[in-house]
Amino acid sequence: MARLSGLQRDVLSLYRHCLRAVGQKPADTRANFRDFARTEFRKNAQLDKKDFGTIEYMLRRGHRQLEIYSDPGIRNISK
Amino acid sequence: MATTRALARLAVRRTAVPAMWTRSFATVDPITKVGETINPSRPVVPESKTSTAKEPIPEKGSKIKTFHIYRWNPDEPTSKPRMQTYTLDLNKTGPMMLDALIRIKNEVDPTLTFRRSCREGICGSCAMNIDGVNTLACLCRIPTDTSKESRIYPLPHTYVVKDLVPDLTLFYKQYRSIKPYLQRNTPPPDGRENRQSKAERKKLDGLYECILCACCSTSCPSYWWNQEEYLGPAVLLQSYRWIADSRDEKTAERQDALNNTMSLYRCHTILNCSRTCPKGLNPALAIAEIKKSMAFT
Repeated sequence: MARLSGLQRDVLSLYRHCLRAVGQKPADTRANFRDFARTEFRKNAQLDKKDFGTIEYMLRRGHRQLEIYSDPGIRNISK
Repeated sequence: MATTRALARLAVRRTAVPAMWTRSFATVDPITKVGETINPSRPVVPESKTSTAKEPIPEKGSKIKTFHIYRWNPDEPTSKPRMQTYTLDLNKTGPMMLDALIRIKNEVDPTLTFRRSCREGICGSCAMNIDGVNTLACLCRIPTDTSKESRIYPLPHTYVVKDLVPDLTLFYKQYRSIKPYLQRNTPPPDGRENRQSKAERKKLDGLYECILCACCSTSCPSYWWNQEEYLGPAVLLQSYRWIADSRDEKTAERQDALNNTMSLYRCHTILNCSRTCPKGLNPALAIAEIKKSMAFT
């Protein structure tokens, strides 16, 4: 695999954090959270990889969303 | 009133229904927008390359003023921020910048986004950068010189949530970190109130009026470069407000928390904060007072 840039590693690390956070959710809704995280990343997968500003913005937004959805009060998520 | 009652009833009913009907609040559509920053790698599209939204029907003898306003929509993250031009007749607009913005939003372009609440400089919501100066839109008069064009940007060096709305999460986090509340271990001697003499109360004048609009912090170059560690003038002013309070018993702890190279001593007395403060306060003086009090202990 090609060497990843710093930004690419940041994106992957955010993705891993998201998947790890899914594990903290109730077992019966985990699939929903997992699908949600995956589709959110899929939606922007075709972003131009040179468009750093947008990618950085999406990263910040992703971190914010992760922080919010990590709240144990949130038990389910719709698609 | 009726709506509040209806809401209260709803809330009561919600707790009564069985668990399978309760909707966790995550089922609301996920929208959290952290913003876009004004950074040199993504230059703003200049107003010469965007269209002009005109005053609906121009009249004779009207005073047409041009406003250039920063626009950025988080729903299209790949699009660049741009400057949008609006023209308004000053004869039909109130005297303040906020009146102009509200009129643009009501009559010309409902997609324009900004925060506003009290329209009299007491809430600090409408802080923005108007003609190069951080100020409250509600306290800033529209310059009546119609040959000059006004430019309105969000607060500098903040992430933008949308258009003129800055993301102040970090600012509020820093405010929380200084514990902005009275800390006492001993009850008041007569068991009633924590009393102050008039002289002690006088020390808080010029401190308690701060409305946390973040104008001063975002005008400070030192804060621009060290946002994560330097607390910034607004938060330090509040910190001094509690250090100076005669009723507070944790003064030493408060000073201790500031006693490092970053939190306080990144202030290099640039004094942009005191120049820009829309309430006419002097954060630089408060910072100097903290430094002084720490030098002599």
